[in-house]
This record gives sequence, C-alpha cells and structure tokens, in this order.
Amino acid sequence: MLDPRKILDKEFGKTDLPIDTPKARQILVAHGGARIRTWMSICSRCGLCAESCFVYLSNDRDPRLSPAYKVRHSLGEMYRRKGKFDRAFLEKAYEICWLQCTMCKRCSIYCPFGIDIASMIMAARNVCYSQGVRAGRLAEFTENCRQSGNHMNLPPEELIATCEWVAEEVQEEFSGVGIPIDQPNVKYMYTINPREVVFFPQDITDAAVLLTAARESWTMPSFGWDCTNLPMLAGDREMGGRQVQNLYEKARDLGAEYILITECGHANRSLVYEGPYMAGYPDGKPPVKIKHFVQLIYEYLRDGRIRIDPQKKLTVPVTYQDPCNISRNGGLWEVARQAIAYLAEDFRDMSPNRDYNHCCGGGSGILPMGPDYKPFRLANGRVKAEQIKATGAQIVIAPCHNCYDQIHDLSEEYDLGVKVMSFKEIIREAMIVPEHMRIAENPDG
Amino acid sequence: MGNLTADSIYRFLSGPALWFTMTVFLGGLALRMGYLYWLSRRKDPVIYNHASFSWGLKSILFWLIPWATVSMRSQPVFSGAAFLFHICLLSVPLFLSAHNILWEEAFGVSLWSMPDAWADALTLVFLATAVFVLVRRVVRPEVRILTSAWDYTLIALTTLPFLTGILAYHQMGPYELMLPLHIALSEILLIVIPFSKLGHMLLFFFSRAFIGFELGARRGARSW
Repeated sequence: MLDPRKILDKEFGKTDLPIDTPKARQILVAHGGARIRTWMSICSRCGLCAESCFVYLSNDRDPRLSPAYKVRHSLGEMYRRKGKFDRAFLEKAYEICWLQCTMCKRCSIYCPFGIDIASMIMAARNVCYSQGVRAGRLAEFTENCRQSGNHMNLPPEELIATCEWVAEEVQEEFSGVGIPIDQPNVKYMYTINPREVVFFPQDITDAAVLLTAARESWTMPSFGWDCTNLPMLAGDREMGGRQVQNLYEKARDLGAEYILITECGHANRSLVYEGPYMAGYPDGKPPVKIKHFVQLIYEYLRDGRIRIDPQKKLTVPVTYQDPCNISRNGGLWEVARQAIAYLAEDFRDMSPNRDYNHCCGGGSGILPMGPDYKPFRLANGRVKAEQIKATGAQIVIAPCHNCYDQIHDLSEEYDLGVKVMSFKEIIREAMIVPEHMRIAENPDG
Repeated sequence: MGNLTADSIYRFLSGPALWFTMTVFLGGLALRMGYLYWLSRRKDPVIYNHASFSWGLKSILFWLIPWATVSMRSQPVFSGAAFLFHICLLSVPLFLSAHNILWEEAFGVSLWSMPDAWADALTLVFLATAVFVLVRRVVRPEVRILTSAWDYTLIALTTLPFLTGILAYHQMGPYELMLPLHIALSEILLIVIPFSKLGHMLLFFFSRAFIGFELGARRGARSW
C-alpha cells in the first residue's frame, strides 16, 4: 500500500479548520436509514468481501484494504463518533474513500448479506466533502459545474465553435455531417464529457458521423451537455443533483425523447441510478429516458442502420473492458458483446467478466483527480493489467473515458502493448459509408 | 439439601427465566424489525421504489444453496463449513428428542424428533465447524483484523450451549452443574440474538432482498 502522506499534505496542508459537527451529524442522520443501520449491525466480519476487491488483490492482499475494513474505518467510525472527529481522522477517511475504493459495487455480489459497501462509501464521501476534505481538482470541477453547468467551465460559444469546426473538418471525408444544436423534438439529445471538447474533439466527430450514417434525429444542447457528474464523485450531493437536473430539464425543454450518453461510465450511473435521488425525484426514476451509446451502437448494428465492411473487421485479438458503471451498474454487458461480434473476428473475454468484472482502477474520480494520484491508480490497476495480459489481446475496447485513459496508462506501466479504443473509433473506420455520406468526386469513397 | 437447591435452580431456569428469555428474544426481534421497517418507510424509498419479487427471491435462494454463488465457490471449504454450522445450529435444538419431550409435556405439542445418535453426530459436526470458523478468524489476516473481542464472545456464546448440552446428555462432568449451565447459556444466547449481529437470522432475508432489487431489478446484474 502506497503512502499518501505527501499528497494529503499537499491537498490539505496544515489546515486546522474546526470540524462542523452539526453538519456532519446532519448528513449522517440523513443517510442513516434502515439499510445502513442493518448493514452496519449485521456485518459478521467473515471477510468474504476481501477476495472480491481489486484494490485488496492488487496491493498484495493488505488486510486493511478489504471492503469491510474500509467501510468500518470510514463511515462506521463516523457513526460511532457521532460526527465528533478530527482532521487526522477525516484524512484517513479521505484516503479510504478516494484512494482505496472506486465504489464499483463488486463486493456486494460477494457478501453473503449483500451489504452495499459502495453506497456507504458514497455517504462517507458526503461527510468528508461537508468538512472541506476534498480532492483539489474535484472541488474545482464542482465549482465549475456550479458556474457553467460543465466541469471545465466552457462557455456555450466554445462548445458551438468546436462543433462547427469539427463538422467542417469532417466534410473532407464524409458529406452531410452536421452537428445540430438545440434542435427541438428530436429523438436523442446527445451529451458528452467536456474533455471531448478540449482534448479529444474527434470523439464528437465520430459520434456525429455515426448518427448521420444512421440518419438519426438528434441534437446537442447548448447547455446541459455535460453528462459527467464530478460533483457526485467529489461528494457534493446537492450539486450532483443539480448537474443531472440540468440535463433532465434541457431534454424536456427540447422535447427530446432520450438523453443519449457518450461512451462514459459514471454518466450512466449518475443519470440513471443515483441522479434521480440526488435531484429529489421521489420515485427514484429519471424523468426522461436515458440511453447509453453502447446500447445505441448495438441497435444500429442489429438493425442494419450501420453496416460493417467485412474487409475492415478487426483481425487482431480484441478484448472488452466492462466498465463497472455500464456493466454491473448498467446491465449492458450482453449488448456490448453482441456489438463486438460485428466488429472483431478474434474476441477474447477477460476473466472474470460481465457483471463480475474488475474495476480498471480509474473510476469514481481518481482519474480526474490528477497526476499526483496516478501512482495509486496504477498500483490499484494491477489486477486489470494481469487480466488483459492473460487474454493476449492487442486491442481493448473501453466504452468509458476513465477506463480508456486508465488502461492506456496501465499498458505503459505494465508493458501490455495494447491499444485502447472506443466503439465509435472502431465503427467509424470499419463501417460501409452509406450512399448519402459519400463524397461525389471520390470514387473510392 | 444440595439436591433441593439444584432442583429449584432448574425450575427457575426452565420456568420464569425461560418465559423471560422467550419474551426478550421474540419481542426484541419484533421490535428491531418493526423499528427498521418504520425507519425504512421514512428514509429508504429506494428499497420500495424498485422492489421486485423475483429478483429478491433469487437473491435469497442462491445464498441458501451450498456453493451456488461465486463467492462461496471462491472459498469452498469455509462456505461448506458455514453451511454445516448453520444447519446443525438450527436443527439440533429444534429436533432433539429431549427438547421435544419437554415441549410435549409443557404444551402438548412437539416437532419431529431425530434419533439421539444423529443429534450427537450433528453436535460434534457443529463443534468442529465452530472450531474451524474460530481458527479461520485467527489465521486469516483479512478476517483477524476485522475481529473484535465481541466477535469471539459471540462464537463462544453460540458454541457453549452445544458443548454443555452434549456433556449433560452423556452425563460427562457434574450433571447437576452441566444441565443448568446448558439452559442458562442457551437463554443468554437467545437474549443476545436480537441485539447483536446474530439478528442476521432474520435481517439476512431483508438485506439480501434489497441487494436483489438494487443490483438485479435496477441493473440486471446478479447478486450471487
């Protein structure tokens, strides 16, 4: 287990702000329903959860990294002390909640009582956040969301300009690709991660190409387009709720039938499962239908709306990273594999896979927390690196930005020699360009 | 004179003390369940919003079948031992002929009785699995670090009624001491159940059902 002292000092320095016990207690009381009381009181300390946890397995089975231990020494201790704790305790809780747990929910499958450790770690994150114990980057992203509705604080003009620019650029390759903005009454309101605008506009282009190829009715919104929810991961429940509400409301205003999510994992968890509760919907269901890009791609391939050129199918060995937040926490593992069957000839599954998959180690905020935390997530990713290596794959398909970046880094760190790709990238290259997108003067089109 | 005292202790333990025990045991469980239900209605809408009979049932049943879950298969010896432990723990006290004779005398009703040789065998299996569970707790670092003195106490409280029971039946050691000790320790165990992690004898079904809703009904994922 790596020592986080340096980072903790850098993040929290010598701050000796007083603990706001009433506030901490208020959060603990709000979370303290029958579920948490039951879980806390019946955990029989059998230790079965340990073997399920990739952080435990990746760090030489350090007994302090079993899920039961982690929850006991974070949220459990918060309840025992009834909100009366000091900074040193909170820093320890921070280390557990952000450096040692990605809330992947795998341990709940392995616990005989089905205890939901991830929900309890989330509650502990809320308490830490309320006391100013926050990852600097995540706190900054949360502020950005408060100001502009997206975590990189991009003004709408920048999004629109980027969309225009990428649409223009792609004209050289395909005709008829445009990125509609704020078009009312469409089927899909397409939402993305701000990092696509700033660092990876090709992701937007790829989506536009695929949606155009399928003759889809879609638009991007000028506001409420950031489907990520870093405030949720930072532990700011209120702002997390506002972040999803922005999207729900915009979709309703535009009359869009669905909110379509880019290949991002936690956006799905946020918009479909946690968001409705954070935003205060009593029935716990999102007010607008949500669809993840993996589901859409599967439907396009199944229905022949996008066709793959058999000559361009991937021939090298390919594996699939089940992102926790769309497989175990999203139920899309089968459609993803069915989509891959159209795209790759030599598919090799990791073991374990599907709802039993291991987290890549980059989830739930640690990746956007920045380079200081990289050694931790690389250490935690050892199990994932070994899983990938065992498949012998050369390409890893990862429909989640965090998995994508993390596996890219793991490939360097553990010398895996794999290329990480999104579904969009692969399909854009492999699809048969439909008639309406071919450029006339290019006979090879 | 000594016999008279032993007799009155026996009568106290199997009379008023037993009524008290059963009241606390059943009342305590009812109170705890009632309180949690009331609390869940106020604070846990997520339990009821996504309730699904089939996912809840599957989530429970898979964990009642030996080695039916990935988790149990990952530690087959421990999970096998845990199954035997629980089967013996429930079956010996309920189906022991000596207990059934007492109920028949007191209430005129009783359950099926198992042959005494079975009861002996199951008790020995129980004690063996208890030792195994205890040793595992000490030997495996990830379990040891989670274990407090109270966890060891609970293992002792669960095991001692069986140990004293089999010793009393076979009249090993001082019977006049062993029998009241057996009854008293059993009563202590029953009193502790509603107020400790042993409440999982009922709460198991509720927490399992919930994770069935949460992982299965909402996300389509297995919780076993």
